[in-house]
Amino acid sequence: MKQKLFDSPDAAVAGVPSGARIMFGGFGGAGFPNNLIQALDRGGARELTAITNNCGSGDGELGILFQHDRIRNVIASFPGPHAVHFQAAYAAGRIQLELVPQGILCERMRAAAAGLFGFYSAVGAGTEVAAGREERVFAGRRTVFYEPLAADFALIKAWKADALGNLVYRKTARNFNPLMAMAAKITIVEVDAIVPVGELDPEQIVTPFVFVHRIVQARGVHHAAKS
Amino acid sequence: MPPKARLTREQIAARAALELRDGHTVNLGWGIPNLVSAYVPAGVTVYFHSENGILGMGPRARAGEEDYDLVDAMKVPVTVIPGASYFDQSIAHLMTRGRHLDVSMLGGLQVAENGDFANWKVPGAKGSGGIGGAMDIASGARRLLVCMEHNAKDGAPKLLRRCTYPITALACVDRVFTDLAVVDVTPQGFELREIAPGWTPAEVQEQTEATLIVSGQVPHMAVRG
Repeated sequence: MKQKLFDSPDAAVAGVPSGARIMFGGFGGAGFPNNLIQALDRGGARELTAITNNCGSGDGELGILFQHDRIRNVIASFPGPHAVHFQAAYAAGRIQLELVPQGILCERMRAAAAGLFGFYSAVGAGTEVAAGREERVFAGRRTVFYEPLAADFALIKAWKADALGNLVYRKTARNFNPLMAMAAKITIVEVDAIVPVGELDPEQIVTPFVFVHRIVQARGVHHAAKS
Repeated sequence: MPPKARLTREQIAARAALELRDGHTVNLGWGIPNLVSAYVPAGVTVYFHSENGILGMGPRARAGEEDYDLVDAMKVPVTVIPGASYFDQSIAHLMTRGRHLDVSMLGGLQVAENGDFANWKVPGAKGSGGIGGAMDIASGARRLLVCMEHNAKDGAPKLLRRCTYPITALACVDRVFTDLAVVDVTPQGFELREIAPGWTPAEVQEQTEATLIVSGQVPHMAVRG
């Protein structure tokens, strides 16, 4: 059996190269892989593409990566007014930003995960989001084509993992994490607890182990500081 | 003569809450809609949906009982009510986009008489802006209720013939609640359903760029507090 357990967040993110496309789970302060994010920052990779709902909260969550100029491209739904380091980098012209409606961000990741080549939706029709996109009319409604969204890595947070990599989440800390796990080539998860194989109820598993490649138990930051 | 009284944000929210029926599934957006949960009529159980994966969201968590794994779309620690469920963000937006929720309420910047809606971006505003869930929610709402002031801070009307701000979704708004009126979007345009106490339809029309269709006596809005 392939060994997926890592001793530290730094070991778990080792080998993430400069220029990588990385998905980051989390929403509203919940379910961010804060220990992996800090390890990624220490690792020094640059020119990263971040696929994320929001772009940090002060120094917390993804904030530190923008503060240290690790990220060049952002695909996000709501970067956020409290993402001060992102906003400063964006204002200075150091960030290429693509804004995506939140549910469409989810479905583009699902399409990538599911081997689909895209989909049409009425979301975004007649808006700035539709610029440069193919439009078609279905059942009298204007729709826009969206292509799949994949990544080299997903950095996610779950509640518990077993040694195989089956995952369960806690409350709204689930958010984007299961989707990103499915849409990335290599999924790295930090969890509160690692339990023996067989201990998680198969009925309750949200992310089956086939989507998970590296696991580390988080012992540091669980929630970002309030901004 | 002093300016006539307009409804407060809380009073707009209280009027909008009268649309809620027992068992409704409801998404509340930022701004005035966020105040609506405090005014759900007695005896009515509403299942609030949050885009980060809750159906059956309850009140804010009490001090000392916060769980930061259980937050609403504004990062505020909340609770759940019996019958609640958790799910991932894609299922949460499948519910909004796929017309599965009974009612969605959003704050607004502009509404056009054909139902076009703008609420995500003020032209020239500083920063990156952000879309969040607004386009999915507006585009897929079974019944979209917009809660907003009738006029912008500079007095500019927000009920228009055509939106001038960046669009959130086309032809999506069903009803608008403002500090002056309740207005329906119909195939003929805006129809004035209710007006704030002390105002006449003609006075509300003066504050509105688009034409308001008035038929018969327009009742006053029910105002609390």
